[in-house]
Amino acid sequence: MSGMGDVRAEDERTPRVEPEPLLQIRDLQVDFTTMHGSVRAVEDASLSLEAGRTLAVVGESGSGKSTTAMAAIGLLAGNGKVTGGSIRFNGQDLVGLPESRMRDIRGRQIGLVPQDPMSNLNPVSRIGTQVAETLLTHRLATRRDVDARVVEVLEAAGIPEAGRRSRQYPHELSGGLRQRALIAVALACRPRLLIADEPTSALDVTVQQVILDQIEQMTQELGTAILLITHDLGLAAERAQDLVVMHRGKVVESGPAAQLLEDPQHPYTRSLVRAAPSVAAVRLAPEAFTGARGEDHPAPAQREGHPGARPLPDGGTAGALPASAPVRAEDGRGWGRGAGADTEPLVTITDLTKVYPVRGGDDFYAARNVSLEIPRGTTVSIVGESGSGKTTTARMLLRLIEPTSGSITFDGRDVLTLDRRELRDFRQRVQAVFQDPYSSLNPMFTVGRIIEEPLIAYKRGGARERRDRVVELMDQVALPSSMHRRYPAELSGGQRQRVAIARALALRPELIVCDEPVSALDVLVQDQILTLLGDLQQELGLSYLFISHDLAVVRLISDYVCVMKDGELVEAATSEEIFTNPRHAYTRRLLASIPGNELGIETGVA
Amino acid sequence: MFRLIGNRLLLLAPTIIGLSVLLFLWVRALPGGPATALLGDKATPEAVARVNEAYGFDRPILEQYFIYMGRILSGDFGNSLLTSRPVLEEFAARFPATLELTAFALLFAVGFGIPLGYWAARNVGRWQDQAAVLLSLMGVVVPVFFLAFILKWVFAVQLGWLPTDGRQDPRIDATHYTNFFVWDGMITGEYDAAWDALTHLVLPGVALGTIPLAIIARITRASVLEVQNADYVRTARAKGLAPRLIRNRFVMRNALLPVTTTLGLQLGLLISGAVLTETVFAFNGIGSFLWDAIFNLDFPVLQGFIIFIAVIYSLINLLVDVSYGLIDPRVRVS
Amino acid sequence: MSVNLPPAAGGPTGDLTPGGSPAPDPASGGLLPGTTGTVVAAGPGRDDGGPVKGTSVWKDAFLRLRRNPAAIAGAVIVALFLLVAVLAPLIAPYPGEAVPGAREITPGHIPGPGELPQFPLGLDRFGGDVLSKLIWGAQSSLMIGVVSTALGLAGGMVLGLLAGAFGGWVDGVVMRIVDILLSVPNLLLAVSIAAVLGQGPYAVMIAIGVSQVPIFARLLRSSMLSQKSADYVLAAQTLGLSRRTITMSHVLPNSVGPVIVQATLTLATAVIDAAALSFLGLGGGRPETAEWGRMLTYAQSELGIAPWLAFLPGLCIAVTALGFTLLGESLREALDPKSRAR
Repeated sequence: MSGMGDVRAEDERTPRVEPEPLLQIRDLQVDFTTMHGSVRAVEDASLSLEAGRTLAVVGESGSGKSTTAMAAIGLLAGNGKVTGGSIRFNGQDLVGLPESRMRDIRGRQIGLVPQDPMSNLNPVSRIGTQVAETLLTHRLATRRDVDARVVEVLEAAGIPEAGRRSRQYPHELSGGLRQRALIAVALACRPRLLIADEPTSALDVTVQQVILDQIEQMTQELGTAILLITHDLGLAAERAQDLVVMHRGKVVESGPAAQLLEDPQHPYTRSLVRAAPSVAAVRLAPEAFTGARGEDHPAPAQREGHPGARPLPDGGTAGALPASAPVRAEDGRGWGRGAGADTEPLVTITDLTKVYPVRGGDDFYAARNVSLEIPRGTTVSIVGESGSGKTTTARMLLRLIEPTSGSITFDGRDVLTLDRRELRDFRQRVQAVFQDPYSSLNPMFTVGRIIEEPLIAYKRGGARERRDRVVELMDQVALPSSMHRRYPAELSGGQRQRVAIARALALRPELIVCDEPVSALDVLVQDQILTLLGDLQQELGLSYLFISHDLAVVRLISDYVCVMKDGELVEAATSEEIFTNPRHAYTRRLLASIPGNELGIETGVA
Repeated sequence: MFRLIGNRLLLLAPTIIGLSVLLFLWVRALPGGPATALLGDKATPEAVARVNEAYGFDRPILEQYFIYMGRILSGDFGNSLLTSRPVLEEFAARFPATLELTAFALLFAVGFGIPLGYWAARNVGRWQDQAAVLLSLMGVVVPVFFLAFILKWVFAVQLGWLPTDGRQDPRIDATHYTNFFVWDGMITGEYDAAWDALTHLVLPGVALGTIPLAIIARITRASVLEVQNADYVRTARAKGLAPRLIRNRFVMRNALLPVTTTLGLQLGLLISGAVLTETVFAFNGIGSFLWDAIFNLDFPVLQGFIIFIAVIYSLINLLVDVSYGLIDPRVRVS
Repeated sequence: MSVNLPPAAGGPTGDLTPGGSPAPDPASGGLLPGTTGTVVAAGPGRDDGGPVKGTSVWKDAFLRLRRNPAAIAGAVIVALFLLVAVLAPLIAPYPGEAVPGAREITPGHIPGPGELPQFPLGLDRFGGDVLSKLIWGAQSSLMIGVVSTALGLAGGMVLGLLAGAFGGWVDGVVMRIVDILLSVPNLLLAVSIAAVLGQGPYAVMIAIGVSQVPIFARLLRSSMLSQKSADYVLAAQTLGLSRRTITMSHVLPNSVGPVIVQATLTLATAVIDAAALSFLGLGGGRPETAEWGRMLTYAQSELGIAPWLAFLPGLCIAVTALGFTLLGESLREALDPKSRAR
């Protein structure tokens, strides 16, 4: 092996107490040149990371966390520049280091695991080649032994059949495997520091856990320090010893993870701790485990941590909330029928199935025999990873997709056999809020026009009354009415989602289907939207079908939870049951992958 | 891969059949009927009757169509009214000239367009980039025949560096096997003949290739700019790879994909442009033959020409698609 | 990142996102120079708390165009030629086909620009005034360009709308027609059609128009298909809006952007193609007809003694095409959602 000196240095490193941290960033300042002049992305940021440890930088989008990391590896975008401060790595300042010297450090001493495994591999090059490149460049392999080394590295990253995989192209691999390949690339040269920039945000929750474990295990073996960049406070706290919280380009707080979470000092950190679903879920865990069980309203109890969330009216206003804990049923039905429910559930879905024929293969079941109920005034969530069939189920309920078989009743009527007039009626009583607030609003219409559209379509009132109603609706979702002549493009993500909610409310519906309504939003905004949805439910007695991939979010809002996997409903129960006493192995796996869940508990996940 | 080719060939069939139906109906709808179209306006009634019988124009229309298709499929597009020789034979004699010109123009366009686009992208925002953008803009708006004039006037008329027209100096006694004059000169060892043919190609080739050059340069520029900012390029840099490796294996290989997809379109432009360029430079290819056909309403030639071009053009596009599949592994599988 | 935000762009906002705007993390996205920063700034930043008029996609595009020198240059060129075309009867010194200088022509010599005061741009070989012919030529060239593009646009929009709105077998049939038209290179298709229709300006218009149909049809169709998968269409379906309403008032308005850009660019091609057809002699008329392409045809034989006869009309064609191209490219840029807020 050629890099003998380095290897010995690594061996000696662990026992010796280092006089200087491995990475020390002091008063870092990064500016971006744009058409509108210079924009400061990072200001006076300082952090330090000792060898072999993990430090997480937490912040929302635009906080400068990624920029800080990219500055450390010298990969700022073309128009970005470090304009102040120092980045000391392994005893030398990286700021102003010539590019040729930087090249020797990148890949060799500092590895990078990027965010999106879909876009970070060269699409026209084989996986093996992409690992080999880095080994050859840093002379850790020769042309002769490189193939064997590549397979070794891929195997170490947990890629099965590494030999075959190395000859494949990125598009032939799943997201999880691609991320493993990227980890293999990043750690191939046994770097001293690994920068992991949101390494799992683009992956399904259960895969996230495994990938993070993989990184942890490999870096432990190699003694590599990790600089973890993430928006998820819970994940950061679980994986890192120390945290740095960034906000709008500045470091607002830093310190040991536990301390920072227990006793946040800065108001921003406090709001972040409060809003982060995964953390909030943990904070509420004791209540959920013990106290809430005896109460009548388990789920909303978890909303207490939120400013503005109102306590649930005691059985009254929401009306149809079952008096006692509903009976759990394995097939996902009948929880509303528990103690002689006096009202029919608003929606009953029975054996709903959607089959897509596949040419020359087995038929694809997007949903198979899904059965569930939505009691009036409650929130029922469907949780699952991508491809689980949760969205298909929701769209069948919305009559956007025709089911292959099964039945749906809404307020006692069969939804699938509605005639024209009945369908018209149904459409007014069931509304939807979609995931992507950027594409769910017609960009050509003003906010006012978008909210008014349902009123026009169903001829509710004259122009004047409609206008008044729009103002009222905007007020309800806490949008200033002065905004009604603006266009969606001029609004922030959260504002747009409020517009979408206002539109859904316009016809005073009874059921709103929310398809991942907050997954495209930042943590704090996410929290605000969830609170708004909760408030509206109280006020208007709405029922929600809430679709999400994020159990932590679901926990904050649901009365009942259905877990879906590969088109089938594997478990359905009250929110309390699911979170305290999950029965199905998959549910347990999902629960285990909520990052914060393991905090303070020393149990490993299989 | 073979499945892809097969599928594309299957798609090609209805297109060509549709086109042939249109052409068939068109000739039928001509004043005086198809026989007049075949014989010209001055045909005697006897001749018309004779042709009607020989070609079966007096039979039911559907039957006529099958006869007509049968002829086309066996390569019989009829005889030219002007030369009285089979249309296909005329094409075969002239097509190499057009192909030679088109190939030269394509080489010119690709050979200069891609480097120009890359160079512009690397200097984005600077004067080099602006000059390249302006140049490519000019390339798009200047009509090919006007450019041909300018080049001819400057380099042939004023400076006298290059010949004004023709494919080869008539004084050179060259042997022609394939009708690709440059190629013929090479294989027979008549290098001066090959060289002369090449000098005759330069002006029309450059004129013809300029528009595709401009388009290729623009696409390359845009595509390099996009790929440069791609995540995988950043990841490549994070590996510490050398800039040259990043450029060749990451930037260029990906940036050239969109360029490849437009090549088919560029070839369409080249074939169209060849008709115009050949006229300006009295280059005796298929274009100047078409020109004669138009003004003499030589219907068999026009008809044959359209189908001939459609088939060639479709095959070229198929070839482009297939080669795209070879470059991009993502297409290869699906 | 707040530098670009006008104070309280939206008044008091509902989100308490400190900072207010969805500012991208500079290093994590493709921060191309010049493509960010205008995110919220696009709206007029009045902060008086009163109703704020938003900026629609088209108005926003217009505002951007007004700031873009290339767009202004294009607009000025196009306006100039349009003006000349419209005012041709008033400003042209001689009628288009007149040969006022026939007596000045001698074998081997044609008076060039500046040689005779009454013919500032010289004469052609028939003795026609080049300036007058260029002016009249602007009229016929622009007329052919505009009419043929309008024809192509109309035909393409109808086909594209049918394919995009109905899908299924309608789409199949439409796309087969488009395939057939596309199987012959554009200009050759126009040449063939014009040859069939007989020579003349109307034949040229129809020929070029028809040859443009497939481009527009394809563009509108694919644009509609991509818009149809947007969530706002799903939202409209959930509302129970009729397919007609969804297509006409949601999908179509959002889909025409690229088509309009293409139409502007196509005007350039149409002017060039029209000149090419006339150059080939398909425009009909007499040799002395005032038409740019036609003028070039007859310039060929005099290239040695009267090069201006080729250069002047050629320049006119190129500059007109340049005007439309600049306008079209700037419009494309202005409508690009990447440069607008996301």
